Amino acid sequence: MKKVYGTAAEALDGLLFDGMLIAAGGFGLCGIPELLIDAIREAGTKDLTVASNNAGVDDFGLGVLLQTRQVKKMMSSYVGENAEFMRQYLSGELELEFNPQGTLAERMRAGGCGIPGFYTKTGVGTVIAEGKEVKQFHGEDYILEEGIFADLSIVKAWKADDTGNLVFRKTARNFNPPAAMCGKVCIAEVEEIVPRGELDPDGIHLPGIYVHRIVQGAHEKRIEQRTTRKREEA
Amino acid sequence: MPWDRNQMAARAAQELEDGMYVNLGIGIPTLVANYVGDKDITLQSENGMLGMGPFPFEGEEDADLINAGKQTITELARTSYFDSAQSFGMIRGGKIAAAILGAMEVAENGDLANWMIPGKLVKGMGGAMDLVAGVGKVIVVMDHTNKHGDSKVLKACTLPLTGTGVVDRIITNLGVLDVVEGGLKIIETADGVTEDELRAATEATIVD
Repeated sequence: MKKVYGTAAEALDGLLFDGMLIAAGGFGLCGIPELLIDAIREAGTKDLTVASNNAGVDDFGLGVLLQTRQVKKMMSSYVGENAEFMRQYLSGELELEFNPQGTLAERMRAGGCGIPGFYTKTGVGTVIAEGKEVKQFHGEDYILEEGIFADLSIVKAWKADDTGNLVFRKTARNFNPPAAMCGKVCIAEVEEIVPRGELDPDGIHLPGIYVHRIVQGAHEKRIEQRTTRKREEA
Repeated sequence: MPWDRNQMAARAAQELEDGMYVNLGIGIPTLVANYVGDKDITLQSENGMLGMGPFPFEGEEDADLINAGKQTITELARTSYFDSAQSFGMIRGGKIAAAILGAMEVAENGDLANWMIPGKLVKGMGGAMDLVAGVGKVIVVMDHTNKHGDSKVLKACTLPLTGTGVVDRIITNLGVLDVVEGGLKIIETADGVTEDELRAATEATIVD
């Protein structure tokens, strides 16, 4: 089965529909599927629900889908870097479901593992617990959180082989593996596709069973907060 | 004189013991890393890293290597990387010994509010709710009063909570308090701050 596609638009062909749920990898602007996001903007798919830890910035990452009003709802843990997001949210144009970061990651992982729900202590006694089942284990309260089953996963990896085995780089791994796992179909965009056999089987971060389509491309990889230290004076 | 930001961070660093895996929040907690001295501490960054190093030298920034505050950082010889589900698995699973976090309000029962002010811009809780629910010890570092002079150490939080009964120790510019049965216990006062001054700035019940 051929998994390698020439462009992000070709990789998305036949998968997009209005009102769909998309799980996206990335943390801030690190390790985001920037090529697939741009291609979804070009496709014009509307009323999207997007599960992603963050919402990008105004002109990069998921922010570009907010600019074009293609997103109906975000499921995120932190959206503080995006002014257009805030404007749409405060005016009621955009729905927002806050998820604690670890709960969001586990909801994705669980969905990918066929686990429809799990209990966690995170958020007990807070607004996050409102309307959720509470169950006691060993004398302590836990709340029920549901697995996420997405129509499509879009992720970014460093390298892939042509069978879809993925290797990530440093902290750009972040939400990408759990996001990849929870989709009916997963597309990975990568910096480099290598022939099978070139990746160390012991060093595969996400096995190709989770990855249905792959596309290679040039990534901007924008830095959100450039922080440095001075070199000691010699 | 009350402690300044760096003195509060230095005091918080005393809480850390050799061999601990620790998560530091944004703001004053980040400064704690400057004061761990010779102690063998491994810093976790919840976006997927153990063994967080200092900021890179100019020109050596790597877009694939950031901390939870989205700042460019570096790796160390001990560094390991993992995904967000595993990162919060180790947090939720109690493997992280301590988290040092900032706060807007803390209550005498250990309730913590540090993510949302109703009516103001809501940015989200990020990983704060997971951290306070999961780690071994939660240490709050914050100013004792807000900019209007009102106590942030309260009988009950007024803001939406991050967690209930989660705080173990509070380090402020005025001193150190522990959450104990019935209220807060004064552990020490900042240099030149009297116990009476600390009590006067505290709304919460103080027990002996």
